[in-house]
Amino acid sequence: MSVPVRKFDAVIVGAGGAGLRAAIQLSEAGLRTAVISKVFPTRSHTVAAQGGVAASLGNSEEDHWHWHMYDTVKGSDWLGDQDAIEFMCRKANEVVIELEHYGMPFDRLDSGKIYQRPFGGHMSNFGEKPVRRSCAAADRTGHAMLHAMYQRNVKANTQFFIEWMALDLIRDEEGDVVGVTAMEMETGEVFVFHAKAVLFATGGAGRIYYSSTNAFINTGDGVGMAARAGIPLEDMEFWQFHPTGVAGAGVLITEGVRGEGGILRNASGERFMERYAPNAKDLASRDVVSRAMVTEINEGRGCGPNKDHVMLDITHLDPATIMKRLPGIREIGIQFAGVDAIKEPLPVVPTCHYQMGGIPTNYNGEVVVPKDGNPSVPVKGFYAAGECACASVHGANRLGTNSLLDLLVFGKSSGESMVEFIKSQPAAHKPLPANAADFSLSRINRLDNQKDGAAVGATRLAMQRTMQAHCGVFRFKDMLAEGVSKILDIEQQVATTEIKDKSKVFNTARLEALELDNLIEVAKATIVSANARTESRGAHVRDDATDTPERPDGRDDVNWLKHTLWHREGNRLDYKPVNMKPLTVDTIALKKRAY
Amino acid sequence: MDDAANDQTVNMGRLRWHCRRGLLELDLVLQRVIDRGLLEELSEQQRAELFELLHYDDITLLAIVSGRAECEEPRLKGMVDLLRSV
Ligand SMILES: Cc1cc2nc3c(=O)[nH]c(=O)nc-3n(C[C@H](O)[C@H](O)[C@H](O)COP(=O)(O)OP(=O)(O)OC[C@H]3O[C@@H](n4cnc5c(N)ncnc54)[C@H](O)[C@@H]3O)c2cc1C
Repeated sequence: MSVPVRKFDAVIVGAGGAGLRAAIQLSEAGLRTAVISKVFPTRSHTVAAQGGVAASLGNSEEDHWHWHMYDTVKGSDWLGDQDAIEFMCRKANEVVIELEHYGMPFDRLDSGKIYQRPFGGHMSNFGEKPVRRSCAAADRTGHAMLHAMYQRNVKANTQFFIEWMALDLIRDEEGDVVGVTAMEMETGEVFVFHAKAVLFATGGAGRIYYSSTNAFINTGDGVGMAARAGIPLEDMEFWQFHPTGVAGAGVLITEGVRGEGGILRNASGERFMERYAPNAKDLASRDVVSRAMVTEINEGRGCGPNKDHVMLDITHLDPATIMKRLPGIREIGIQFAGVDAIKEPLPVVPTCHYQMGGIPTNYNGEVVVPKDGNPSVPVKGFYAAGECACASVHGANRLGTNSLLDLLVFGKSSGESMVEFIKSQPAAHKPLPANAADFSLSRINRLDNQKDGAAVGATRLAMQRTMQAHCGVFRFKDMLAEGVSKILDIEQQVATTEIKDKSKVFNTARLEALELDNLIEVAKATIVSANARTESRGAHVRDDATDTPERPDGRDDVNWLKHTLWHREGNRLDYKPVNMKPLTVDTIALKKRAY
Repeated sequence: MDDAANDQTVNMGRLRWHCRRGLLELDLVLQRVIDRGLLEELSEQQRAELFELLHYDDITLLAIVSGRAECEEPRLKGMVDLLRSV
């Protein structure tokens, strides 16, 4: 069946930080650039970022990109590629200053220079002491960033397709990427976007988990589309969790609450952290606290009818202190837990926060796949940046403020690579394959005609609960194996989802069903990869991979210093080496990750 | 703001989609409005007002919904109250 075709030099899917940054590069080079987004650009999830963006500007004290690089490699538990990490840390100052020129209202020092604050894991002099490296615009860094870059794009004539949902990647017979299909929400009509180069900047997929800090739009669409188009997914077992999200809601409760004296309690009211960390107790590091919480829940000491969370108690604190030092906490409790934290404890649970893995790329933003014995061969015409991509700079664990940096640096570098590639191509587009939209149309057709199928909401919930219980912040061999078969069963239901509303105009039921098709790919990749990786590294922590002298903290460099690649076809895994060779400096040698 | 902000009749699907936000806190509040069937109970006029309110950026809207800021448009007070009460 033929569908309308729109032709551009470049098509970018996603108008968050990464997509907008890349679009500036392309439009300012005079190329016809389309940006497709499910939501208005400034409503992308980047808006949630508050902490800031890392750059070793050294405005308040001495700093150096090499120190930043060291911290990032160490943070990644040595799974990050050292060439990409050097590239990112060296480019940081340039992209932050550029952003300043785009009009980003950074907080400033009296001298007029950008103010910088310290952030966990960022240190001076190769891990010696904390350094001020994060650049922020009050508590609305992400918001200000989106606004500055959106305005810049409007000026550069980037063409926005807002409230359009990309459905599938189009590859020709040679495997080259020549476009995407997308649905205009207002009409329900499917179009082909024919392009010389396509960038995915679709953000993370935190909604595969029941408890997530991510907004509802974070459904991993780019990752799902890539998987369906035969692109393997890298390091999907690595997800960063935050110990205290409001149970059932996901809203973050800052570490500051425990800093001010908040205590974690189990169902019998016991201050359980005393057993796990007798000295630091509730102030132990994030991973120790998260693991203790999960152990309490798994051993039946969780709270609530489902025994699936613990309590964060601040009722012993003086209400005046709470109001003064922790102003937002009462509001969050009342709004999202139905609890006044001054009078009653808050239900909390370790909560999914950030996706470290994704679509494999090199530091030029080119998507790379294994081919003829070479693990990283670029797919012509295909690029990815931001949280949906895996460059890989975060490896097994991301440092805070490094993801906004990631999307600026790799948004820009992928934009530059696309400009170069497009200019090297003949004036005419590579032809579309015959019936380029058929696959997407058949998916929609299946959905519209499904009888006696599964409900979208219930199926999504089953997936989220399974991921949370079987592949959460602390992982257990048997639970993982069982989780894999459960997710594969749920996949069968996803294949038969049914919607009652068949209307065309802004049919949100259909959109949610299409999103679930993407979520399930991410869930499969995650749990299958996690089940196979029998070590603990960074955010992937297994009960059966314990601390021994040969394997500090359960990390097994002999067998597992390698990137996972999950292939959708056959649900198959293979691996590729970590790039331990930086661009210009010496390798940052393996060492136990201790702070 | 896009043009549709001035449109008097608001498509229900579109209204529902505009409840999808960049901030999780807003998603949660707006999902309650949807789950409790409140969108269906609104008059045309109220829907248009809610639609207009949803054009605020996420940071401003969250401040309004959590009572830290007031909406500069007194006309929209009814909808602000609705979001604050769910
Ligand atoms: C609460 C919170 C706080 C954070 N704070 C920080 C911080 O302080 N510092 C930091 O560095 N990082 C922070 N992070 C992480 C960081 O915000 C994200 O990793 C980053 O913003 C992701 O940006 P992105 O451009 O990749 O994607 P997003 O901003 O998520 O944008 C994705 C875009 O893709 C579009 N899209 C998706 N699917 C489709 C589709 N099928 N069709 C069309 N369009 C589509 C969406 O509409 C959107 O425009 C935080 C994360 C959270 C959850």
